[in-house]
Amino acid sequence: MTVITRGFSGRGRQSENLPPGQYLTEDFPVLSAGPTPRIALDRREFTITTETGQRHTWTWPELMALPAETPTVDLHCVTKWSKLNTSWRGVSLDVLLGDLTDASGYAMVHSYGGYTTNLPLPDLLDGRAWIAYEYEGEPLPPEHGGPARLLVPHLYLWKSAKWVRGMTLMGEDEPGFWESLGYHNYGDPWREQRYWGD
Amino acid sequence: MDETWLDGNELAGAMRELFAVDVTMARGQCASCGRTGMLAETRVYAMAPGLVVRCIDCEEVLLRFVRGPDRAWLDMRGVGYLEFGLPAEPVPTVGP
Amino acid sequence: MQPSRLAWRVTTVKAVRPETLIASTLVLDVADWPGHLAGQHVDVRLTAADGYTAQRSYSIASAPDTSTIELTVQRVPDGEVSAYLVDEARPGDQFELRGPIGGYFAWRPVSTRPLLLLAGGSGIVPLMAMIRTRAASGNAAPVRLVYSVRAPDLVIYAEELRRVAGNDGVEVSYVYTRSVPEGWDEPPGRLDASRLARAAWPPSAEPDCYVCGPTGFVEAAADLLVAAGHQPERIRTERFGPSGG
Repeated sequence: MTVITRGFSGRGRQSENLPPGQYLTEDFPVLSAGPTPRIALDRREFTITTETGQRHTWTWPELMALPAETPTVDLHCVTKWSKLNTSWRGVSLDVLLGDLTDASGYAMVHSYGGYTTNLPLPDLLDGRAWIAYEYEGEPLPPEHGGPARLLVPHLYLWKSAKWVRGMTLMGEDEPGFWESLGYHNYGDPWREQRYWGD
Repeated sequence: MDETWLDGNELAGAMRELFAVDVTMARGQCASCGRTGMLAETRVYAMAPGLVVRCIDCEEVLLRFVRGPDRAWLDMRGVGYLEFGLPAEPVPTVGP
Repeated sequence: MQPSRLAWRVTTVKAVRPETLIASTLVLDVADWPGHLAGQHVDVRLTAADGYTAQRSYSIASAPDTSTIELTVQRVPDGEVSAYLVDEARPGDQFELRGPIGGYFAWRPVSTRPLLLLAGGSGIVPLMAMIRTRAASGNAAPVRLVYSVRAPDLVIYAEELRRVAGNDGVEVSYVYTRSVPEGWDEPPGRLDASRLARAAWPPSAEPDCYVCGPTGFVEAAADLLVAAGHQPERIRTERFGPSGG
């Protein structure tokens, strides 16, 4: 039985409209599995590799030229903090994936620095995911994944890969960096899918 | 300077939950670049859903650790071997 | 060391002693404390009434040999755990701790090598445990402590260091990085090669070196030691992270 520490309330607060087990926070914790990649903007690219091996690459200026959206979303981290009503600017994956997929199968998302995460393709489509490059009206800072990160707010935040460099479309699923070491393969915060078997 | 990492001492508490010896004192070899050293002399990224331990030279992943409510996972494929110091004892003979 | 896996145990605050305006020492009752080595730390876990938990590591400040242990905590800006421990905790309060942890940054009082201790800010805590353990065990290894701190009023253990300095083989030097005491004959500044040369053992003494503090201090100090000719194998470091603590 854990002892309660008198007088300690910590930063997180509980709130009714949060997924189970989450605490509300006002700040934006920086979590990272490795050093912040620093790659010159003119060498930044985003590449989608299809199941047949075709590569579609957008340079940074090309990405910036695509139609953008400004979603406001809630973020839920598996380490139990949630941050509500965060505002972003980015390109919808519907625009990038467009004709490249029939919406079946999976994607392995790759980041500069080697991080990976996997998702079913339908979870990247229908307005549910973006390649985001602005946060709260400013260019996305490096510690939060800038210049560009994946943003998939309906899943736990580890799926919103920072420093995104591309994705590989796959017919069969394969676990990414955290999914291969205990974290849930899908990661729905509303069903509290944090770990294998949840 | 990258200030987000801590040194391998950060690993000690998590590992003492699993092992009866202090794993940070063990010597290992990076499976990527071959550097050898004590696990205490590594870069630990602890602000994450788990601990990620990286080689201080090549920055590749040595070890990953996730602590769940009732389970823990440890991936050590980035370390070729670990050498533990032990109290001196005669090694038993094997055979008939 | 311990033959079994380490588990959380409940500790009760016995006393809280302010050290500076932003740091306090907590004297903790821990039933069946197995003892510890100077330089080791404990993990502390606080649980709020709504189940929210936070966990941090703190170096043990006291010498072993008692049924209580002491932690000295310095408040970190926006630190939820340090703010509680420094400003809120009072005798009778309880939280969980686990330890002792860490054999790498530990000093064993059987050692006879000269000891060179470099402290940055709250990095003084485990090094003070080494000085106290040395005194309690009657160890005669000579010690030089170089303590880098922003301002005189941030010196932790000021009174104790005054008593200890110059006695029984312990020498203490201060490096003030932002403001200096009255009558100090140097401007404020960081530890550099010349300050180190004046205050530390030369490499020919082959001291065991322990460096502790925020990441920036540890990097710089360890580099200075290597540049001065100290063997890297004799240098042990412990980083507290950018804000120390």
